[in-house]
Amino acid sequence: MHELSIAVELVQTVEEAARQANAASVSRVSIALGALSGVDADALQFAYDVATAGTLLEGSILDITAVPIQVTCSACGSITTLPAYVPLICGQCGEAAVRVTQGKELLISSVEVLDAAESA
Amino acid sequence: MQPRVLEIRKGILDKNDQLAAGLRTRFHQAGVYTVNLVSSPGAGKTEMLEQTLSMLRERGMHTAALVGDVATDNDARRLARSGVPVRQIVTGGNCHLEADMIERHLEDWNLNTLDFLFIENVGNLVCPASYDLGEDLRVVLLSVTEGEDKPLKYPAMFNSADLALFTKMDIADAAGFDRQAALDALQAVHPGLPCLELSARTQAGMAAWINFLLEARKAAISARDEES
Repeated sequence: MHELSIAVELVQTVEEAARQANAASVSRVSIALGALSGVDADALQFAYDVATAGTLLEGSILDITAVPIQVTCSACGSITTLPAYVPLICGQCGEAAVRVTQGKELLISSVEVLDAAESA
Repeated sequence: MQPRVLEIRKGILDKNDQLAAGLRTRFHQAGVYTVNLVSSPGAGKTEMLEQTLSMLRERGMHTAALVGDVATDNDARRLARSGVPVRQIVTGGNCHLEADMIERHLEDWNLNTLDFLFIENVGNLVCPASYDLGEDLRVVLLSVTEGEDKPLKYPAMFNSADLALFTKMDIADAAGFDRQAALDALQAVHPGLPCLELSARTQAGMAAWINFLLEARKAAISARDEES
């Protein structure tokens, strides 16, 4: 249920941008999904098909790039990428004195549109 | 026949984030300290909030509460027993509160008269994590019956919180609650997350929670004054 409202929000934002760009339809939407965003990629993919029906995005591809968790350590100063949510410790020195600097994204990175003559 | 690329670097939840930022500004201008309470269903948010509202009122604070539920206004009725203004947000199916719901339900409330605004979110450890409501403090409740590894199972939520509360501590022994395991789980997903323990039923730990709130509000108000 939750991914559906995220998908609907995504579709509305992209459709508005496509209309403003005078596009006839959208062929691909690329998003960045952080590991700590709280949104599941598979569920979002499924919800996307439902949410795009009847819109300029119908039939378009949703391209999801997973963004891993990156932390900055205040103990040793390193910036490391973590392989899993837990434990949230520095990949370099193992201290828990870290701040999440990447991994919470729910971001539209780019949109591919087709103009009238090219649309099916 | 090349598709055109539109460079849009936009957060999917930008609309909510913008509304939330607007609320945050309004709250700051009115001198209100806003708290978003999240937890799984049944962790004790309402019971704890009812006690909190009464105790703050006794300390001379002006408080109000918004409570979100999928159905019924039972929680608003319970909270109203504390004597402070309370409004129920019935989501009718939505599993979390969003900034626009908060904005709508604040209509005709004079925020300038409030010291604290509490928002009791829909019981859910998944979805509310992604929705900023303009709050100053996000508090996640974990009751002693839920399992010490809850934080590990819901990393986004526990990572987004500013404070954790262990609730129903009066039945911790009966529930076989492993306090250290729960604390370790919290630290694994959110190193340095402060944690308080309480029982709304026996009032154990409630005074420390109230003091935390009063101090947090004082600190926030002076930080805002320094900024302006």
